[in-house]
Amino acid sequence: MNWREACAIAFSILVGNAFAGDSIPASLTGAKGDPARGRAIVANRQVGLCLLCHSGPFPEERFQGGLAPDLRSAARLSEGQIRQRIVDSTKLNPQSIMPAYYRSEGLERVAPAYRGKTILSAEQIEDVVAYLTTLK
Amino acid sequence: MTARAARLFLALSAARLFVEPAAAGEVPLSERRSGYEFMSRETRAMQDDDTGNPGTLWVLDGEALWKRKAGASDRACSDCHGDARESMKAVAARYPAFDPALRRPVNLEQRINACRVGRQKAPALAYESRDLLALTAYVTRQSRGLPINITIDARTRPFLEAGREAFFRRQGQLNLACAQCHDDHWSGKLAGSPITQAHPTGYPLYRLEWQGLGSLERRLRGCLTGLRAESYPYGAPELVDLELYLMWRANGMRMETPAVRP
Repeated sequence: MNWREACAIAFSILVGNAFAGDSIPASLTGAKGDPARGRAIVANRQVGLCLLCHSGPFPEERFQGGLAPDLRSAARLSEGQIRQRIVDSTKLNPQSIMPAYYRSEGLERVAPAYRGKTILSAEQIEDVVAYLTTLK
Repeated sequence: MTARAARLFLALSAARLFVEPAAAGEVPLSERRSGYEFMSRETRAMQDDDTGNPGTLWVLDGEALWKRKAGASDRACSDCHGDARESMKAVAARYPAFDPALRRPVNLEQRINACRVGRQKAPALAYESRDLLALTAYVTRQSRGLPINITIDARTRPFLEAGREAFFRRQGQLNLACAQCHDDHWSGKLAGSPITQAHPTGYPLYRLEWQGLGSLERRLRGCLTGLRAESYPYGAPELVDLELYLMWRANGMRMETPAVRP
């Protein structure tokens, strides 16, 4: 790493955009997800859980959450940034209340039915990424 | 990276740590609010009117049980404790309380059952059974309007600290701590419902979602299930420690039992 890179990294840390962990450019499955399936996952309160905290363009869903930004704000993010935020948002902000959807290690007191499992599978995450990138 | 760049990098990383928001804190005294204050006018009215408050049915059942003889001793609660309206006044407001025999805090349900087994020589009542909820509601009703009054001493402090530690511990597949919602986001809404501050002022309470009366432990177990965390059995020391912490952080707030909640 040269001087210029080091300064760029230092700057990005200062302004809150971590250099590593901000983006996962590559698909977790190597394939593109399906936006229609992704929308269904996001809307499902037992599967995606997203609407417990977020709101979004779901006129048919009552009682959406008010704890986190509207999902339409994903429009300002790249596909890789969206993927990183779903996989593990605590990499960007250790205080984040958003669960890491693709993590099964380093968790405490997980109920037996969920132990060793991620909240969503790699395929489901790609579906959600595909859906969220349509929100412009 | 040159040594100078590395030093700058480390210094800036450290600086960022200091500008991170402070760790979760407890709700300041002046901002403490009961779940009642988050409710709709209709639900408040249901709680406020004894004839419309469904919890009254349990309180009345509890009053009958208080006077009913039970167990091999053939004694009723009232045979030793007299009129609960006098003898039980303000008692529930200081529970969980230290039990010298068990050398740890017990909640009111456990205290009632200890009396049943030890004094009345009757079998313990099951957690969340109609009778245990009724007796607990009746005894706690005698503290309605009085301030929660948990005193902590050298004997109870370790249990309070254990409860506090549990409140701030991330757990479950969703990896959330109680404090992250109930201290940091209590004014927000989860799926359209107010989160509230987790001040247990009204238990046992009638929850519309339950269509029945339930204990604080039932509520805590529900929250743990929501986090996809391992639950604890009713009466588990971990739950009682958490109850102690929650009641302590609500110290001074008025008891509302039997409360109504959505």
